[in-house]
Amino acid sequence: MASLNDYLLVSGLLFAIGLAGVIIRSNIIVIFMCLELMLAAASLTLVAFSRFNVSSNGLPDYDGQVFVFFIITVAAAEVAVGLAIIVALYRARQTINVEDLTSMRG
Amino acid sequence: MHTIAWLILGLPLLSATCIHLGFKRNQGLSTLIATSSALITLILSLVILGNGKDTSTAFSWVGAMGEHFKGIEIGLRIDQLSRGMLIVVTGVGFLVHLFSLTYMKDDRAKARYFCGLSLFMFSMTGIVLASNFIMMFIFWELVGLSSYLLIGHWYQKPSAADASKKAFLTNRIGDFGFMIGILMLWGITGTVTFSELELWSATPAPFNSTYLGIALLCIFAGAVGKSAQAPLHVWLPDAMEGPTPVSALIHAATMVAAGVYMLARFFTSVDLEIIAFAPQTIAWIGGITSLLAALMATQQDDIKKILAYSTLSQLGYMVMAVGLLNAQAGVFHLFTHAWFKALLFLGSGAVIYACHHEQNIWKMGGLRKKMPLTFLTFTIGTLALMGFPLTAGFFSKEQILEAALHQSTPLFVMAAIVATLTTFYMGRLLLVAFLGENRSKNSHHAKEVGALMLIPLVTLSVLAVISGYPFVASALSPLYDHVDFHFGPAFWASLTALVVGGGFAFTFYRNAETDPLSDKKIALVFRNKFYVDELYAQIVRFGQDCVAAIVHFIDELIIGGLIVGGCSRAAEGFGKLFGRLQSGNLHGYATLFGLGVILLIYITVFVP
Repeated sequence: MASLNDYLLVSGLLFAIGLAGVIIRSNIIVIFMCLELMLAAASLTLVAFSRFNVSSNGLPDYDGQVFVFFIITVAAAEVAVGLAIIVALYRARQTINVEDLTSMRG
Repeated sequence: MHTIAWLILGLPLLSATCIHLGFKRNQGLSTLIATSSALITLILSLVILGNGKDTSTAFSWVGAMGEHFKGIEIGLRIDQLSRGMLIVVTGVGFLVHLFSLTYMKDDRAKARYFCGLSLFMFSMTGIVLASNFIMMFIFWELVGLSSYLLIGHWYQKPSAADASKKAFLTNRIGDFGFMIGILMLWGITGTVTFSELELWSATPAPFNSTYLGIALLCIFAGAVGKSAQAPLHVWLPDAMEGPTPVSALIHAATMVAAGVYMLARFFTSVDLEIIAFAPQTIAWIGGITSLLAALMATQQDDIKKILAYSTLSQLGYMVMAVGLLNAQAGVFHLFTHAWFKALLFLGSGAVIYACHHEQNIWKMGGLRKKMPLTFLTFTIGTLALMGFPLTAGFFSKEQILEAALHQSTPLFVMAAIVATLTTFYMGRLLLVAFLGENRSKNSHHAKEVGALMLIPLVTLSVLAVISGYPFVASALSPLYDHVDFHFGPAFWASLTALVVGGGFAFTFYRNAETDPLSDKKIALVFRNKFYVDELYAQIVRFGQDCVAAIVHFIDELIIGGLIVGGCSRAAEGFGKLFGRLQSGNLHGYATLFGLGVILLIYITVFVP
């Protein structure tokens, strides 16, 4: 059986890939997906900690897992809003390339 | 006696307070209160004079400070000097109140005017009765204030408002010197009370006589301001913007003489042998003032201005006499001058009143027939001022010339020239304003003034003649040394002055329609008062420019550049610096965000 460290390693990798994607990629949809990836990495960590935190009665601590359900729900809503924004952005600017979206330069 | 003295001081104050706080609306009642308070103080002063005992009363105000410095008291001192001066102040004061009843009849702010007069009477009696320099200084400032209020009585006129400001500010300069002088004197002698100064000067502790001389000169600065000596004489002619009775009371008879009175107080208290050089300076300043003022008077057209310059000139005489260590002669001249100059001013007031506020002598003329009594009294005043034999001015001027003759020949010559010029310009005034033909409608319609104006004029003209005779002077004059009359150089000088000055005036102005001398270059200089006002304006402007330049520098460089500008520039710089971070590039933000997270983790995990 995989140990907690394995889970955390996978989760860390996922998070790193997500962050790298956010930093490197210029397509806003890909960036958005990478963000989701980072969110998933965090969820995986929570589940792993929950699974390995066994209390005296032999059951794991379910708090972390319940938390993950909330994250999934909220992420779903967030995706809906985020995609809507991207669509609106595309309609306004005809592009979803972040390198072209620099009108906030100070 | 003491009660009477306090009453003399208190009554005018009470009257001023009552009028100001209570009866300002009721013009008639205010007038009545002020005039009756003046009358009562005159009667009380006569009572004190009749009593004739020297006395003083005081209560302590500030306790002694250390061993050297005696305390300050609020006290009244009654001696020959203050008794005589009281008669002058209350006497002229009462007559001026009486004269004002008619002169200010149609003035809407009569209550304010009489309130000012009462305040002035209070302040002036305060100066006269003060037993020490500090108290004198307080009242000194108060006369300055009341003079300011009364010069600016018609404050709606810009010229009057300016004149009152000028008088106040010019006096400020002198008063500052006066204060320094008092403090120096206090430091040297340890006391400011006159009686203790007398004791001190009888057996002076070791001290530096140069310092005392400087202290005296500083005190003299106060007299320079108040008695309008050169170079602070500029305010007095402008002060003629005030109502004419005020000019008679304050700017001819009493307040401007306060400087001479104060010097006489000093010189009678402190033994003069021990003062080094100061009296010489005082005498010269007095002499120069009298000469300059007499020259300026010869080319003035305003009847009051002529009298103002002649006042300056006579004050210069008094100061010169005091500086020549003959305070008796100076104060005697103060005494006679008070009567005849008040007479002249009130006479000019009557003329101005009759001519519907026309002050230019070239627009008068022929008033002799229209106002015979005024003409008569004015002539008596003029003769007294000229020093015509057997008038009061003759006796006092004689004493001053005598003093100058014994002490300093140049000053004697100067005084003789001034006497000549005095005769000349007063002859000019009399010939142009009263003789000849009417030169304008106003003078044509002039008619003799009422009894209420004539009573003061007649009373004063009697005094202008008799106040010089020994039997009157020894009883009334603040200080009087009887000098046996003899036909010496002083007499011949004053007689020559009379003949020469009168002769010139008669030749030039007998039937003159305009001033025959006015197109001469030198006359222009006299007419423009030696351009002193312009010079002062330049100096003040220069000083202001300097101050303005410094202030501008501080404002522009330190406040504007460093503090205000510095703050804004710092904010701007930081803004630019951090503005670079906001590139608008999502990758940049993400990188920074990632780095920040890593940093945060590093800190939470590895930093203890």
